[in-house]
Amino acid sequence: MSVLRTVLGDIRLVAARDLRIEVRSRVVLDQVLPFAVLVLVLFGFALDADHRTLRTFAPGLFWVTVLLSALLAIGRSASLDATDGTGTSLRMSGLSPVARYLGRTVAVLVQLLVLEVVLVGGIVVLYGVSVDDWLLLVVAGVVAGVAVAAAGTLYGALASGLGARETLLPILVLPVLAPVLIGATRAFDDALGVAAVDGWAWTGLLAVAALVLTVVGASAHGALVED
Amino acid sequence: MSVVELRAAVALLGRFPALSGVDLTIHAGETVLLRGPNGAGKTTLLHLCAGLLRPESGGVRVLGHDLTGAADRRSVRRRVALLGHATGLYDDLTVGENLRFWARAAGLSAAEADRRTDEARSRLEVPDRLVDQPVHTLSAGQRRRTSLAALVVRRPELWLLDEPHAGLDQTGRDLVDALIGDAVAAGGTVVVSSHELDRVAALSPRTVTLAGGAVVDGPSGNGGIR
Repeated sequence: MSVLRTVLGDIRLVAARDLRIEVRSRVVLDQVLPFAVLVLVLFGFALDADHRTLRTFAPGLFWVTVLLSALLAIGRSASLDATDGTGTSLRMSGLSPVARYLGRTVAVLVQLLVLEVVLVGGIVVLYGVSVDDWLLLVVAGVVAGVAVAAAGTLYGALASGLGARETLLPILVLPVLAPVLIGATRAFDDALGVAAVDGWAWTGLLAVAALVLTVVGASAHGALVED
Repeated sequence: MSVVELRAAVALLGRFPALSGVDLTIHAGETVLLRGPNGAGKTTLLHLCAGLLRPESGGVRVLGHDLTGAADRRSVRRRVALLGHATGLYDDLTVGENLRFWARAAGLSAAEADRRTDEARSRLEVPDRLVDQPVHTLSAGQRRRTSLAALVVRRPELWLLDEPHAGLDQTGRDLVDALIGDAVAAGGTVVVSSHELDRVAALSPRTVTLAGGAVVDGPSGNGGIR
């Protein structure tokens, strides 16, 4: 019990550190969010601002935008431990790799959820979509966010360790997240009422993917960052 | 009791041997000066003793742990302080936030972390006005002192200091000397890599000279007792 309490305390410590740094530096707020909105606008231009087409493809466009923007947030997050010896200090600190991984995943998740909220507003305003099932939308958004954050944190650490995170991260993580993109898009198809699919079934699959990615990430992270 | 025990230790940096068959024993309570030209292997030796590198061959025992095992290396790292060339501080966090973070990361309670943070700041003479200042606004010397304070909060058993006087003014250098003296007085062991031989030699009764990744003076295992 005390081990669990220690790990939970360390997770909170790491997540609070990352979020505090984000609040101070405002990288997600000032750079990632505007980028995400810009991508939504560009999709609108590319599809000739046809509201019917945009409404039909809004779920897919939403999740592609989330993934592209998440790459920036994840890369930024991974870079925090690659500057001025902070990675070495973490290795010397005694913080468990599991706590470091889960703490960072929580911080990335919080940033992704903020991003998703803004982007939902974006597709409502720019694409003219309406939400049929808010509960499904929220649950699918959170569960897919967990999957993206879990995979992103792991592959961010991997790319950072290979010393080429900016260029390597998308190549590593996007193929892994392709099933998440499909599941999240189908769930949003249902939530936004643009296709007759069982969104909850897809959300169930997303939950399995999120769980598997989190467990794999927590197990593998130590080998990537410790030795 | 030996705190560091290296027997024919070999360590690689990439594919290249940075240490080739080092024999060295350091006992509890000793202060040891590591000296040698650039590329001699001083930093690699410190990293090996810190548990950051896996020995390629030979025996490496630190604080009773055999460092060929990953779990032992992790255990040792918690008990060792390593001051490298980088500060190990988060630029966007304040001095106080950095110190508290590293104290909490060492497993201290919030109250104990605050207490030790204040104590470490006072020891390194980090002024109160800097506590709420982000690290990226500090001078190099102020960063170095904060970095040292982040190690002091952990109260390590083995101190591995790589050029600890670098970037510090005279007062800062004196503080480092006092810190080394205090660490030994408290029962700790200190290994200092430095090019400031006169200054560190005054603190250390023992010097080990490295060249080309090997100890080049003194009898094997003693690393040269002056």
